Amino acid sequence: MDLDRLEQTGAWSWRVKSEPGIARAEAILYGDAELLRTMDNKVLEQITNVAKLPGLVGPAYAMPDAHWGYGFPIGGVAAFDPEDGGIISAGGVGFDISCGIRCLRSDLEEKQIAPAIQKLADSLYRNIPAGVGVEGDLQLSAHELDAVLTGGAQWAVRQGYGDSAELEYVEQRGCMTDAVPANVSPLAKKRQRGEMGTLGSGNHYLEVQVVDRIHDAKAAEAYGLRDGQIIVSIHCGSRGLGHQIGTEFLVSLAKAARRLGITLPDRELACAPVRSPEGEQYIGAMNAAINCALANRQILAHLTRRTFAHFFPGCRLETLFDVSHNTCKPEQHEVNGKRRLLWVHRKGATRAFGPGHPEIPERYREAGQPVIIGGSMGTGSYVLAGTATSEARAWSSASHGAGRAMSRHQALKQWQGRQVVDALRERGILIRTRSMRGVAEEAPGAYKDVNRVAEATEGAGLARRVAFLRPIACVKG
Amino acid sequence: MRSYEYFEHDADIGVVGRGATVERAFESAAEAMFAVMAEPASLREPAEVSVSFVEDDIDLALVQWLNALLGAARETGLVFRRFSLSRKGSRWEGRAWGEPWREEIERGVEVKGATLTMLSVKSGATGWEARCVVDV
Repeated sequence: MDLDRLEQTGAWSWRVKSEPGIARAEAILYGDAELLRTMDNKVLEQITNVAKLPGLVGPAYAMPDAHWGYGFPIGGVAAFDPEDGGIISAGGVGFDISCGIRCLRSDLEEKQIAPAIQKLADSLYRNIPAGVGVEGDLQLSAHELDAVLTGGAQWAVRQGYGDSAELEYVEQRGCMTDAVPANVSPLAKKRQRGEMGTLGSGNHYLEVQVVDRIHDAKAAEAYGLRDGQIIVSIHCGSRGLGHQIGTEFLVSLAKAARRLGITLPDRELACAPVRSPEGEQYIGAMNAAINCALANRQILAHLTRRTFAHFFPGCRLETLFDVSHNTCKPEQHEVNGKRRLLWVHRKGATRAFGPGHPEIPERYREAGQPVIIGGSMGTGSYVLAGTATSEARAWSSASHGAGRAMSRHQALKQWQGRQVVDALRERGILIRTRSMRGVAEEAPGAYKDVNRVAEATEGAGLARRVAFLRPIACVKG
Repeated sequence: MRSYEYFEHDADIGVVGRGATVERAFESAAEAMFAVMAEPASLREPAEVSVSFVEDDIDLALVQWLNALLGAARETGLVFRRFSLSRKGSRWEGRAWGEPWREEIERGVEVKGATLTMLSVKSGATGWEARCVVDV
């Protein structure tokens, strides 16, 4: 990225400079000079475009892990006021609606599972449906699927996948109440019937990790984290149903924007006012997809527990937290001293409520909301905590991953899947996958330095580091 | 002169299809997209499906075509490797040939949908070119 087009406003924050003759677009990017320099100029272009959408409140923000997306940059955050013509954008949510991470903490330690890790990895690979073209054991009728879309993770618990107490640790207690299954097309529903309880592919994974480093002992204690503890992180989303909803509404909202006279700086920013028939239709469908994703991760958490129980009878795998990072949700935020209801788009960004927020489970309320930055399979991930400053910095948002440093195409030219798997095994990280191409595209070297992203997230006041998680086994989609 | 290739995008993949007509270019773009999901040489063609859609915007027609194929593939549990498309006015009718997923197929990564990013359908001296970014 061309840093000449930015004005540095703090150690970790940059404002897009105004250009002569062009209305100023308020956009702020977080990170250090090195992180920003490695970002594509398209990130700057995209976040500037987002800042031109109707009803925007405050600036549009790019997180330290931002990279070139479609419409919104991945790592983009923007809030809109529905009472001021504020919009909702399908491109601002993405195809994989409510893609996110379910993080499970165990009562096991690395030394306990080390003797069984090979067999555990094999068993997880067999029991967790992963990869393109792979369906799960669960085949749902149309009626059952509507119940999923209405009930989310709460539906999954009612079916015996986990227990209701853990829903406390899932955003919205596992269910968006304003879902409208009738707004979801028959094709979207058909696509999902065999895909509940599947991981998907691309950057999705199930990873067995070890708490390798504690940064904040007090928050770690509140989160139930300790050195050497085994953690499982599950990264996936709303599968075929969400993809189909994203697909259909991208085109229909692009046409709606044209009809409503909304000038789009980029067609991919297809949108409609929150308070419009088109906007409301998308919101109902999007919420249904969020419930689908929450139910999916609930089922996968259950399959994971069952697999662990086979090797370690009586072991506990409790939900630490479940975060979604492709959403748009109505939230109360302080704007110039007043509380206002804003619709906050987070496209590849994690909600990060600060200490004391009423939506944080009581156990974590003093520490702040858990935030999970999922890194590449060769480096590691972070658990962070939302900060008191995050609301003013980016509507209580933080990074969601390491962020890609190179394209999939470039990665394929640079690495072979088998070579990556062998190299990681030498480092004590087991990979199980059906796609060597997928592994090459997801090679650790194709991602930014997750340590730097986490440091920048903390430096920018978005979230503070609590613990670093080192991967030891990964089922790649 | 039908052919396909890829172009760079940070998180996802750009597909480019070329052909003597817009329909052939769209078929090539579909080949490019499905080759991301499975190695074409490892596929057979015992199954055939039909898709159709109405679209008068030539750019959006590419997105509709690719997404219709993705929807059909996921609905039927098939993976495709060969395509045929025809157009009458704004009505597009296509066919795709492939097979159900099986263990021996060399898998790539799932394409979630075709996006409007870098979307372009244009004709030149050497024929038509259709391109867009697909989300993986």
